[in-house]
Amino acid sequence: MADEIKITCLHDKHVALGALMSPFAGYDMPIQYNGIEIEHNAVRKNVGVFDVSHMGEVRITGPEAEKFVNYIFTNDIAGAEIGKVFYGMMLYPDGGTVDDLLVYKMGENDFFLVINAANIDKDVAWINEQAANFDVKVDHQSEYYSQLAVQGPEAEKTMGAVLNLDCTDLTFYTHKEVEYDGETIIVSRTGYTGEDGFEVYASAPVIMKMWDLLIAAGVQPCGLGCRDTLRFEAGLPLYGDELTPEISPIMATLGMFCKLDKEGGFIGRDACAQQKAEGSAKKLVGLELKDKAIPRHGYEVLDGENVVGYVTTGYRSISCEKSLAFALVDRAVGALGNELSIRIRKKVFPATVVKKRFYQPNYKK
Amino acid sequence: MSKIIEGLFYSESHEYVRVEGDFGYVGITDHAQHELGNVVYVDMPEVDDEVVAGEEFGAVESTKAASDLFSPVSGTVVEVNEALEDEPGLINKDAFENWIMKVELSDKGELDNLMDANGYKAMIGE
Repeated sequence: MADEIKITCLHDKHVALGALMSPFAGYDMPIQYNGIEIEHNAVRKNVGVFDVSHMGEVRITGPEAEKFVNYIFTNDIAGAEIGKVFYGMMLYPDGGTVDDLLVYKMGENDFFLVINAANIDKDVAWINEQAANFDVKVDHQSEYYSQLAVQGPEAEKTMGAVLNLDCTDLTFYTHKEVEYDGETIIVSRTGYTGEDGFEVYASAPVIMKMWDLLIAAGVQPCGLGCRDTLRFEAGLPLYGDELTPEISPIMATLGMFCKLDKEGGFIGRDACAQQKAEGSAKKLVGLELKDKAIPRHGYEVLDGENVVGYVTTGYRSISCEKSLAFALVDRAVGALGNELSIRIRKKVFPATVVKKRFYQPNYKK
Repeated sequence: MSKIIEGLFYSESHEYVRVEGDFGYVGITDHAQHELGNVVYVDMPEVDDEVVAGEEFGAVESTKAASDLFSPVSGTVVEVNEALEDEPGLINKDAFENWIMKVELSDKGELDNLMDANGYKAMIGE
């Protein structure tokens, strides 16, 4: 049944904790346990744990694995050290975004791709289609892997003390494989919150055990509600809002993850190069309101009387205590400091173009 | 279990009216504030605005979402609860004490279309 809602291995535990559950990307996921603000602040000031088992995983191996991944991925993984993690996108030839993802270099010609839950079917089909001309094996492993994210300034301490996983040797955007309860698990210093933190990929039994240990140790369970407020403040995009088949990484101002000059190029490279050279018609910007009114996805952005774009994500920011938004607007009106406005229901509120990184991330590099 | 007060009139969209003479104090119910979670913004009408029964007059917002407010009565807004501008969370503390707007009722007959406390209690299943 294609439309049947899926659950993660931690579903019963979320329900037992009294979480507000809601469908997300085909999964019945926890939105919040104790309130978005409480969970958000736990991650900013202490530590929180997220069930992100809905994320998809694809392993790519074979003699041409590196060549292939580099061809479908915007960032440059050529010759990278084993243990490195890369962020980037897969693009359509016109520069529109198939998905944004992480690529883990597991070994020579051995890569682990982490993709968005909502895009799993589409991505796997896309990867398989592109793989036809390469000597590679594409192994879809989403059914096997469950995933936890432990995030916050106390994350490193928590990983050691509660899970007995010493992560002091991991630098930002690196990973290692560890033997744990008789299986090989993957641990990386990555996340989606703007704080230091780790992500763990393992079988369902191991993830369930780790979750129980973390909850018993008093680590705050965190739902998808604060995952979104946290990533938003840190200036991180969400596929579906800031990146879509119509929004290229150049438009989303994520050009630093698109290595236009790498050997062999990548799918969508020429479109990105053209957008970069000519300036894309649309551009993602940050907007700050003086008022407390809250901009939401889809609200119109105006320059005087003219509609010049729309809000992709907006919140009353918990950490910045301001009303803030990402918006896709005409490039001509997207300069920092420019005065625009946002229509919120019947009223129009002034908004200033600001940098998208509203909250300065505290990564441990 | 949420609080429900006798003597108020309730709408299906979880607003209440407390009637005093020709005026009605309109807010959201305790049940509604509980469902919303922390209120972080209240979009209120302005004094002298005309509101119409069943039509939108503002919104209450949590971090996650905005919920439109529908007026249970028709009339003219004579006062808004300005305390909510600085402290929207007052609605979570006491939704019945912290009304949103005071309306001069143009048709008290409309109150017959609303529920009493027992009716509302039955509707939310408590």
